[in-house]
Amino acid sequence: MSGQTMAEKILSHAAGKNVSPGEFIVANVDLVFAHDGTALLAIDVMKEELKIEKIFDKNKVVFIIDHAAPSPAVGMSIVHKTMRAFARKHGIRIYDVGNGICHQILPENGHIEPGMLVVGADSHTVTHGAFGAFATGVGSTDAAIAMVTGKIWLRVPETLKIVVEGEKKPWIMGKDVILHIIGSLGSDGANYMAVEFHGKVVKELSIDSRMTLTNMVVEMGAKAGLIPVDEKTIEWLKPRIRGELKKVVPDDNAEYHETIHYDISNLEPQVAVPPNVDNVKSISEVEGLEIDQVFIGSCTNGRFEDFYVAAKILKGRKVASNVRCIAIPASKRVYGEILKSGIANVLLQAGCVIGPPTCGPCVGAHMGILGPGEVAVSTSNRNFPGRMGDKSSKVYLVSPATAAASAVKGKLSDPRDFF
Amino acid sequence: MVIRGRVWKFGDNVNTDNIIPGRYKFKTQNLNELVQYVLIDLNPEFAKKVEKGDIIVAGKNFGYGSSREHAPRLLKLAGVGAIVAKSFARIFFRNAINIGLPVIIAPEVYDGTDEGDVMEVDLEKGIIRNLSKNLSFKFKPYPKEIMKIVLEGGVIEYYKKHGVFPWEEGTK
Repeated sequence: MSGQTMAEKILSHAAGKNVSPGEFIVANVDLVFAHDGTALLAIDVMKEELKIEKIFDKNKVVFIIDHAAPSPAVGMSIVHKTMRAFARKHGIRIYDVGNGICHQILPENGHIEPGMLVVGADSHTVTHGAFGAFATGVGSTDAAIAMVTGKIWLRVPETLKIVVEGEKKPWIMGKDVILHIIGSLGSDGANYMAVEFHGKVVKELSIDSRMTLTNMVVEMGAKAGLIPVDEKTIEWLKPRIRGELKKVVPDDNAEYHETIHYDISNLEPQVAVPPNVDNVKSISEVEGLEIDQVFIGSCTNGRFEDFYVAAKILKGRKVASNVRCIAIPASKRVYGEILKSGIANVLLQAGCVIGPPTCGPCVGAHMGILGPGEVAVSTSNRNFPGRMGDKSSKVYLVSPATAAASAVKGKLSDPRDFF
Repeated sequence: MVIRGRVWKFGDNVNTDNIIPGRYKFKTQNLNELVQYVLIDLNPEFAKKVEKGDIIVAGKNFGYGSSREHAPRLLKLAGVGAIVAKSFARIFFRNAINIGLPVIIAPEVYDGTDEGDVMEVDLEKGIIRNLSKNLSFKFKPYPKEIMKIVLEGGVIEYYKKHGVFPWEEGTK
């Protein structure tokens, strides 16, 4: 009998039987969450459409106010108010404004463990696979049903194995690796599949960078992105979790849809050029482009390592006068760490604006909306036309190193000049 | 179930920000207010002129991007009866099924269809007819697990009618 991939192991456990790719299953969920972009519709589905207002387990449902937080508009204030009232009524945990982005604060606060089935009403829920969980994004109806019943129907995905090898240069970050992979596979290259990351480079990456890898698998259509649990995962999770952690890894004889190898030894810093995330170029092909805004933050790149690398480049330098540089930590904890380490001061002295923990301009809600024709260099995850503001504005996706280098030079720039 | 309407054509990678941009969605989440902006950046006339039952024909990876269920809900609210595309992004596909908006994978329809053609989609038989051009195309009907959700008009409608979710049938 052939072995199982990580996705198959976790879904077998969640379904209470051995499952195979292609099979439709009903699985028990370990965590359901929604944020201020999706929770209101989930609440409406429960109250107005299903007419069942209950929560299957109040310890397994979490709300987060992060997308437009603090509220920039009355319409969003109404959303936040409704979420708070619902959370209070049902005794569920709500992370209110200032705590940070769901994908950062859930693992930081011990909500994510290896082997869990996590269902989030946000496409970047896949991030949590960095901790060996099967985490997938769903809509508000699915989230509402999971909150009420504790169950979800799923089609068991095939698994795509990605092996990243080579010697990682200091200017190459997790972001460059995942942009390169998305560029090669395409925006639907992993559609409906689970992606498992292996290889020397993945082992060497920090947890912060691993979260960047899994975060962006949805940009190539994946249902989940998973990284085998190792010492680094255990060390990161241990202070946050009571009890034994499952060492979720695939079986040696697991069957994969396909195995793809990458060698990143000679990889240049990568840039996803509008209008799609798979339109990836090397920095040398696009450097010199005029820009108006730099954004360092988001669930993709708003972690300590991201600001540490940015600060190394910004230290003793100034953000160019033609550019505004917006830095937004992904959580209160990250904010505290960059304050304590002096990084926040480096950013301020360089001329960056530091915002409160939130999704910020990534989703076009607030804190750096682009005007007509404006161009941003951003560490976030989507470069769709109009994503960050006016429909004629443009977003170029890069690593925090490339973002910081671009802020200093006032144009899209190669970070290697600073290493 | 047969859906009949005029065709609106869109290209590859129509994303959820195209369907409902964040600059509107993060001001209010009231679907009745947002419906006037559906697909506004790709075709400003769409929301004004779409009629009940109209069919979207698109390229690959329709619904790419966010999990915002507002995207398929707004299309349905605007009147869209079905979407026929070369392929769909998975969260959009799932959300559309859940809310009872038929989404059909039929790659060859795109090249054989022009905007404004009148088209008929037979979900159970797996046949699409372009009545304007007198062409027909086959597609693989949904597996039974999905078909029963779609035919009842979505998972919520199914629950309202049967008192159980589709996957609970026979267990209660």
